[in-house]
Amino acid sequence: MKRILVAIKRVVDYNVRIRVKPDGSGVITDGVKMSINPFDEIALEEALRLKEKGIVEEVLAVSIGPADCQQQLRTALAMGADRAILVQTDAVIEPLDAARIFRALCERESPLLAILGKQAIDDDCSQTGQMLAALWGRPQATFASKVEINGEVARVTREVDAGLETIEVDLPAVITTDLRLNEPRYVKLPDIMKAKKKPLDTLEPGALGVTPVERLKPVKFEPPPVRSKGVMVKDTQELIDALRRKGLA
Amino acid sequence: MNRILIVAEHDGSRLNPAIAKCVTCARGIPDAEITVAVFAADPSAVAADAAAVAGVDRVVTVTHPIHANALAAAIAPQLTELAAAYTHVFGPSTTFGKDLMPRVAALLEAPQVSDLMAVESATRFRRPIYASNAITTVETVAGSKVVATIRIASFEAAGVSVAPAPIEATTVAALPATHTRFISVSSARSDRPDLQTAAKVVSGGRALASADNFGILFKLADKMGAAVGASRAAVDAGYAANDMQVGQTGKIIAPELYLAFGISGAIQHLTGIKDAKTIVAINKDPEAPIFEVADIGLVGDLFQVVPELERLLG
Ligand SMILES: Cc1cc2nc3c(=O)[nH]c(=O)nc-3n(C[C@H](O)[C@H](O)[C@H](O)COP(=O)(O)OP(=O)(O)OC[C@H]3O[C@@H](n4cnc5c(N)ncnc54)[C@H](O)[C@@H]3O)c2cc1C
Ligand SMILES: Cc1cc2nc3c(=O)[nH]c(=O)nc-3n(C[C@H](O)[C@H](O)[C@H](O)COP(=O)(O)OP(=O)(O)OC[C@H]3O[C@@H](n4cnc5c(N)ncnc54)[C@H](O)[C@@H]3O)c2cc1C
Repeated sequence: MKRILVAIKRVVDYNVRIRVKPDGSGVITDGVKMSINPFDEIALEEALRLKEKGIVEEVLAVSIGPADCQQQLRTALAMGADRAILVQTDAVIEPLDAARIFRALCERESPLLAILGKQAIDDDCSQTGQMLAALWGRPQATFASKVEINGEVARVTREVDAGLETIEVDLPAVITTDLRLNEPRYVKLPDIMKAKKKPLDTLEPGALGVTPVERLKPVKFEPPPVRSKGVMVKDTQELIDALRRKGLA
Repeated sequence: MNRILIVAEHDGSRLNPAIAKCVTCARGIPDAEITVAVFAADPSAVAADAAAVAGVDRVVTVTHPIHANALAAAIAPQLTELAAAYTHVFGPSTTFGKDLMPRVAALLEAPQVSDLMAVESATRFRRPIYASNAITTVETVAGSKVVATIRIASFEAAGVSVAPAPIEATTVAALPATHTRFISVSSARSDRPDLQTAAKVVSGGRALASADNFGILFKLADKMGAAVGASRAAVDAGYAANDMQVGQTGKIIAPELYLAFGISGAIQHLTGIKDAKTIVAINKDPEAPIFEVADIGLVGDLFQVVPELERLLG
């Protein structure tokens, strides 16, 4: 069966203003709203559209993390994913280990595409998709804003610093999503009910031959330096005067 | 001795200014020897640029026709092979570096420090997380190579050296992957300064309300010698090109002067301008969050202020 594997990461909701713990040991996540990483919603939407076009028959949603990730996987199933896998662990999973887990699943499930977010908005690493592509020995098309599948190849438009770049990659391949690839659909209530019956399997990283390793040790967390409040001016002339005093106009 | 390999970003004829910033970052590592690697179809001009950056000890070139356009899948296996002799492998935190470096890190089985903003030792670094709402210090485990993307807004560019570094052509056994092919790139090229390195940036948000209206910002920018940026809302609405987006998921910039017109100041936008020396905000809503970070604020209608500024600056 032709399928797409989609990564679904549970992250602190983008509307939450994150705060560092007073002892510098981490950020406060207790009682904070958690959501699907916005880029992963876009990844799922793209997979669903490719399924609706008849290019694949199945969309598989995968999350790595604690048992609570089931919430985000249920949302993914309600959006339209056919089945889900939670690779359950309470360990800190660095991108290289996340990529090893995804590689093991790609080898087992042989997807036509693995679609991940270009970055997770918590750690902002922007690594996992590229690492998966390297380990799986397949092409990568990162920061995608347009995807076309033509038989054995995908033509992908990428948002790069210079503008828009188009590349062609042989399938299977890894794609990471940028914001303008699509606008994810809303979940409808009946779909939430239906999603409860869809399969959600749980397994441990060990079952995929992966033992998470700590390679980057967090030493401390700090709040960023705050900018001191500036001055208000009342009109354009005062603005220009203020700029001139700073030598900026 | 720490041996640092920096991969050159270039357009085939010129070295990207981000590389001189990566060199400054690398110089912060104690006892560093710095090599710049150029992958190109014809590396001569770019290698000469790299050799002239102060602090660079050596430039190595790898020539292959596939490197006429930078493709991560083509460069990664070759860069990985070169990396064997180094302790650190650095690239800029641009779309080029963000695409390439994790692929190299995975091949090296090394961790990557993304958006490295400060060096504390050869193994200890600082980087922003949660859209720069927290800064974390990380330590790499002993014996591991360090791969990093360098947050270019955090470093000044290294100067020009008096005696250029030696340039060596090298060959590698690893073949570039051919499963990825470059087709085209379209950019709204202009003779305006580059957004990522400009000293002054004029930026507009949703309030501009149309692509035509953005024209008033371009006029002002041209008068000031500034680059033009935009919020995501403005890009999504089609008022501005995607490569103009500033913020967590766009460009992170550190100009001397950032002028924000009709931008509310969402945290994702502010992430991109935290290192600007002076932020000026013009917004008709006195409660707009952008005023909390602005050095100079003006409550007013941008459609009145922009033309006035243009006239009075004349
Ligand atoms: C002390 C400490 C505590 C930490 N606590 C947490 C924590 O509470 N919660 C947390 O999320 N991280 C935590 N992390 C970070 C975590 O270990 C990884 O470093 C980080 O999640 C991976 O980076 P990223 O998500 O930014 O990856 P990126 O490379 O930016 O992710 C890109 C894409 O990869 C996919 N992806 C990545 N990881 C997963 C996943 N787990 N499941 C599904 N898809 C995925 C998604 O599609 C995502 O959009 C902690 C780190 C440290 C050091
Ligand atoms: C995952 C994720 C990533 C994101 N990444 C980015 C990013 O990289 N960059 C980014 O910018 N955003 C990003 N965003 C979006 C961000 O949250 C905001 O939605 C966006 O920045 C808002 O853009 P804006 O300020 O132009 O629009 P608005 O928030 O709508 O603000 C418009 C402002 O214009 C003012 N205004 C209206 N008319 C006038 C006038 N005539 N004169 C003066 N002022 C006027 C209003 O008072 C208002 O403050 C991201 C969001 C998510 C979820």
